[in-house]
Amino acid sequence: MADMHMGITIEGLRKRYGSGDTAVDALKGVDMQVSPGEVVGLVGPSGSGKSTLLKCLGAVIEPTAGRMTLGKNTIYDEQWKIPDLGALRRDNIGFVFQAPYLIPFLDVIDNVALILMLAGHSNAESRKRALELLEALDVAHRAKAMPSQLSGGEQQRVSIARALVNRPPVILADEPTAPLDSERALAVIKILNQMAKQYETAIIVVTHDEKIIPTFKRIYHIRDGRTEEEPGEGREI
Amino acid sequence: MISLAGRDIVHSWGKFVFTGIGLGLLIGVTLTMAGVYRGMVDDARTLLNNSGADLWVVQQGTLGPYAEASSLYDDEYRGILSMAGVEQAANVTYLTSQISQDGHDVRVMVVGIETSSHGAPGQPGFLLAGRHITRGHYEAVADIMTGFTIGDEVQIRRNTYQVVGLTKRMVSSGGDPMLFIPIKDAQEAQFLKDNDAIINQRRRTAANPAFNQPGVPGLLEAVIASQSVNPFVNAILVQIKPGYTAEEVAEPIRRWKRFQVYTRVQMETILIEKLIKTAAKQIAMFLVILAIVSAAIVAFIIYTLTIGKIREIAVLKLIGTKSRTIASMILQQAIGLGMIGFVVGKIAATFWAPIFPKYILLEPADTVTGFVLIMLICVLASLIAIHAALKVDPAEAIGG
Repeated sequence: MADMHMGITIEGLRKRYGSGDTAVDALKGVDMQVSPGEVVGLVGPSGSGKSTLLKCLGAVIEPTAGRMTLGKNTIYDEQWKIPDLGALRRDNIGFVFQAPYLIPFLDVIDNVALILMLAGHSNAESRKRALELLEALDVAHRAKAMPSQLSGGEQQRVSIARALVNRPPVILADEPTAPLDSERALAVIKILNQMAKQYETAIIVVTHDEKIIPTFKRIYHIRDGRTEEEPGEGREI
Repeated sequence: MISLAGRDIVHSWGKFVFTGIGLGLLIGVTLTMAGVYRGMVDDARTLLNNSGADLWVVQQGTLGPYAEASSLYDDEYRGILSMAGVEQAANVTYLTSQISQDGHDVRVMVVGIETSSHGAPGQPGFLLAGRHITRGHYEAVADIMTGFTIGDEVQIRRNTYQVVGLTKRMVSSGGDPMLFIPIKDAQEAQFLKDNDAIINQRRRTAANPAFNQPGVPGLLEAVIASQSVNPFVNAILVQIKPGYTAEEVAEPIRRWKRFQVYTRVQMETILIEKLIKTAAKQIAMFLVILAIVSAAIVAFIIYTLTIGKIREIAVLKLIGTKSRTIASMILQQAIGLGMIGFVVGKIAATFWAPIFPKYILLEPADTVTGFVLIMLICVLASLIAIHAALKVDPAEAIGG
């Protein structure tokens, strides 16, 4: 997909589970806009619709209504506009999870390089690009280690490298600092900010973590399936 | 693209290798069962080959000496010898017996053979050690599976025989090793009664007025003498002259001598399609059950391994891995497991086959067929796991 590096825009996104009397409206008209190079927070209590929104943004579940635009391309407008959602995710969306979920039988460099290999790049080229990112994230010395041999912080940096390796226009981070202490959590957010600027990536961080919320310049609060935007403190790390 | 299946196997090699060994032992049993059947067929063919006969002349209406009881007068071979196309003809008897060998019993087939001329049909074709039987009585040639050695003494019924030669692969259709003795001794052994039974029989004959007539001296002695010998053999083995076909020689014997005559092809059919048919069916049932058990084990193991990787599969799907890549990974693992199992099974069967008491013949064609079947079973068994993996929702990788 050409020219995706224009961030992500969501307008009036709705998601209804079930039908009839038992129908539940998880999202009731969400509006969001995240620019390239920007890291925004998405916060809200449990059951507010955070995960549903993340799954819609990640093209994992289909919204019921609304519109999503990635760069200049509309990917959803009352229905998916992209036939191959797997390829959409692989080429345009990076994921960072609460737990790193690295593939346990691949070493660090292949965990990162796998997405490029799946996209058809040669093994050598994929590993070269993966190593560059690992160097940028200061885990290149662990490139040949298996995930089980890494510390929690190292694993999370590797998962960030995996999310970034194919230079996606959007990264969705689901509670990326939850298992980390304050110091490491702030280090992860610092890395995400650096990478957002360096690679012109729009990053949405879903979090409950009070330690990192003050670092966002913009925050979307989600309550009862609706978002409200408010400025963040943008505290320097 | 790297091999995800290969990396997973290398990463969890212990799990795969030990599972493969377990599966391999099962495959080894399956190959061995096929080898048991092949061994039975080969034993039957060897029995026919080693007899050196082209025709088997047996009692009319019977299937011959290996499948049914057959009884012929022992002088009939002379008439057959004079018929067109007959090179050699020799009497033969078969008697399955349990004999003592070095303190324990061994089941053998005692074969009575003509010893007057070397190379007569029925004689052991070759010797590993010692010599052929040269005396008319009390010498024996034994198959090495009997456990006897040269010079050993063998007790058969009331007589003792000295082992003068050893041979190999001379077995009955049931796989029992053969022990060759002179035909006259074998005839005696076949119908030898105990002393009490002989006395009782003589008393009964003497009490019968038809055999003990006052006016016919010598009649009783003649009758008793006829009861004391066994003039029967089980079959006459015939070798035909060059230039004659088996059927050309067999037909006149059937017509003029009123015997049943089987050619080599007919006798092989009797042995393989009649005698060991039930055993073959039994083995086929075992093979089917073992194949089903193997498939169930592979399916269970691959399914369990896949279910244990649900989160990883969800992540793979989330990052855009195609379904066919994931299916291929599971399929390759199933095939990998099957290959480990096959190698282990083949090695195990090769090593333990000689230990079995009966002959196990592991044929290359069976090995190839077994390999293809195992691969097919692995492919089928992986379908359940592939179905489970393809049903995994990539959303499972995202919390909430």
